[in-house]
Amino acid sequence: MTPKRRKRLLLIVLAIAGVATAAGFTLKAFNENLMFFYTPTAIKAGEAPMGRSIRVGGLVTKGSVKRQADGLTVEFEVTDMVETVIVQYTGILPDLFREGQGIVALGKLQQSGRFIASEVLAKHDEKYMPPEVADALKAAHKAGSSQAARAGGTP
Amino acid sequence: MIPELGNFSLILALCMSLVLAIFPLVGSLNNTPAWMALARPAAWGQFFFIALSFACLAHAFLTNDFSVLYVAQNGNTQLPTIYKISAIWGAHEGSLLLWVLILSCWTVAVSRLSRRLPIEIVARVLSIMGIVAIGFTSFLLFTSNPFNRTFPVPMEGGDLNPLLQDFGLAVHPPMLYMGYVGLSVAFSFAIAALIGGKLDAAWARWSRPWTTVAWMFLTIGITLGSWWAYYELGWGGWWFWDPVENASFMPWLAATALLHSLAVTEKRGAFKRWTVLLALMAFSLSLLGTFLVRSGVLTSVHSFAADPTRGLFILVFLLIVIGGSLALYAWRAPAVSSGGGFDMVSRETLLLGNNLLLVVIATFILLGTLAPLIYDAMGWGKISVGFPWFTTMFVIFAPFLAVLMGLGPLARWKRQDPAELFRRLRTALLLSIGAGILLALPLFHEEGSLSAGLAVALSCWLVCTQYLSLRQRLRYRNGLSGLLRDLGSRGSGSYYGMMIAHIGVAVFIIGITMVTQFDVEKDVRMAPGQSLDLAGYTFHFDGVQTVPGPNYQAHRGTIRVFRDGEEVTVLKPEKRTYLVQTKPMTEAGIDPGFTRDIYVSLGEALDGGDWSLRLYYKPFVRWIWLGGIIIAFGGLLAATDRRYRIKSYAEAAQAVSGGGRRLAPAEGG
Repeated sequence: MTPKRRKRLLLIVLAIAGVATAAGFTLKAFNENLMFFYTPTAIKAGEAPMGRSIRVGGLVTKGSVKRQADGLTVEFEVTDMVETVIVQYTGILPDLFREGQGIVALGKLQQSGRFIASEVLAKHDEKYMPPEVADALKAAHKAGSSQAARAGGTP
Repeated sequence: MIPELGNFSLILALCMSLVLAIFPLVGSLNNTPAWMALARPAAWGQFFFIALSFACLAHAFLTNDFSVLYVAQNGNTQLPTIYKISAIWGAHEGSLLLWVLILSCWTVAVSRLSRRLPIEIVARVLSIMGIVAIGFTSFLLFTSNPFNRTFPVPMEGGDLNPLLQDFGLAVHPPMLYMGYVGLSVAFSFAIAALIGGKLDAAWARWSRPWTTVAWMFLTIGITLGSWWAYYELGWGGWWFWDPVENASFMPWLAATALLHSLAVTEKRGAFKRWTVLLALMAFSLSLLGTFLVRSGVLTSVHSFAADPTRGLFILVFLLIVIGGSLALYAWRAPAVSSGGGFDMVSRETLLLGNNLLLVVIATFILLGTLAPLIYDAMGWGKISVGFPWFTTMFVIFAPFLAVLMGLGPLARWKRQDPAELFRRLRTALLLSIGAGILLALPLFHEEGSLSAGLAVALSCWLVCTQYLSLRQRLRYRNGLSGLLRDLGSRGSGSYYGMMIAHIGVAVFIIGITMVTQFDVEKDVRMAPGQSLDLAGYTFHFDGVQTVPGPNYQAHRGTIRVFRDGEEVTVLKPEKRTYLVQTKPMTEAGIDPGFTRDIYVSLGEALDGGDWSLRLYYKPFVRWIWLGGIIIAFGGLLAATDRRYRIKSYAEAAQAVSGGGRRLAPAEGG
């Protein structure tokens, strides 16, 4: 083996070792950061792991939002219309958080069945047409007049 | 009438694209000059009709023509004029029209600035761009026509999403699209070269300025997006690893790799196949980005309504473009000769390392972005990949990139004696390590921070090595006094552009590390008249008033910020409720500064007149965008290098072969 070849072989071995280590770390980190999504029904059925970061999503039950005395801790129920989960969050809720709206909460499930959220995401309305206008357009379509659209268009 | 005109001219534009895609390409293959000569007029025709169509949509927005469905959904009589314009690209259909408009602008630019190129190459490049235009124009016409009418005509429009009613977001999409679509030029040059089977240094030289300009726009677009997210979303973040951000970052990484690889191909004739592959990858990633954003398969702030036909259309188009170009590559690339050889330690090797790192980072981001889709498709459950994963991956690889960035410009082409390189870099290395250790110690901050130390060391390394490279370059040009003269000389633009861009990276590294390591943030409940201390500042909350805006109502808080008893600034964060969409919007109060931002945003009204507030202290956050701007400026300088204004093919070939043989150590990269 010439010195040049030995050098090249060494380089290849080093490169493979490097790639393998990197791939190992990557997969480990990837697994640690995977967050599965669970519905309230799945959580009630005991499918969700405890103490690991997961996501829960559903609608915020109307009238369930309670604020604690410090003013920053909020508790509310999230429902998929079958089961509900109580979510607790400390901090400022997103602008689009409202009762009856769909949200996704990131956090950990406690033994008590309570979900402590570290982050609450309110889904941005993806279709930029506001529901009022959409409804108005539909109503107008049915009635066959443009007046309904006007009534709905400027709430 | 005018919307119909827009529609017809879009159809005519499609016809023009068909002409452009077929005749010049076929003509170049069977050597018919008349067919090849069609390329330029067809490119202009396509541009004319798309511009007309775009003007028609703009007219519909400005005249509040709510009989057009798209205008009815996104326009409003109350909207300020600037946002009526930006509303054109505020949602799916219009933003695609902008995409196509920009593509036709690039096509025309290529046709205009390629007078010195051989006609068959121009014909092929323009034809490939025409094929891309066919895909997007028919996508517009068949699945997302912005000129569709609605009946009965509503009296008022649905208004532009309040989040988008902002200057930053008015200019962010055009910039980003200039970058995305600009990569189609590099792509077309690569395909044209593959068809012709001639991948030479002249090809690399033509592609370089186009790639650099597209990359510069992409840099500006991403920087603007990050800046917008910071001040508009109200929680002080500047990068979220959101799928759509990733969709713009991946092509950027590929384009950065392409820039560097093109340099090697031009100077040394090496890496040809790899360069072509990168050109294909960069544009494929920008198409993939468009697919991810437009199909709604991934939900994010940016995604529009999910529509399966649209997703399917783009997916098929994506498969044709990526599959077709890779097949062509597989067929043609083996015939390409490998270029000049090089030693294990040489500038080529360092640039190869840079390319590999960039591609590895892009691959990981791709993996993280697509993982939720793959899991869902395989039935493994609904997942999301956490923010920390992306950050970890980036932080593992990026420092090596910075180390190479310092070494590259100093190393010689072809062969570099490692001992000699080390000797030249000794001082820079010691200085950087020293600065890093100093910052890592708890002198400037109570705990000290390893990351901050590393960041300062890397930035210092970058600045020192760029200085060394400059000194080395000027040694042959009368030393530092020759700097001004050198700045004006031929071939200096790309050198100084590179240097400035690398210094921009140094600034950027400081920005991201300082703000992630040392920022202070607090969610608090405050009563009017109450004061609170944070990061050496005292925040005094004066209360909230209601103020009317042009098309919204705002709750405006007043927070006075003091330092050592002296008033620093008065911040007025707002909570706006837009009248049409009735969505609440947070408008942060920011006191910008060179070394720190103070950032306050309003939460919600609590009982008893109290409000929840977010208080932030963000050190060096501006440096992130400052770095981005400096990097983009470097790109501009490199792209305007005079040596790209070549006179003829013969001269280009000559200049290139001359440049290839010369082995001056400090030649621009």
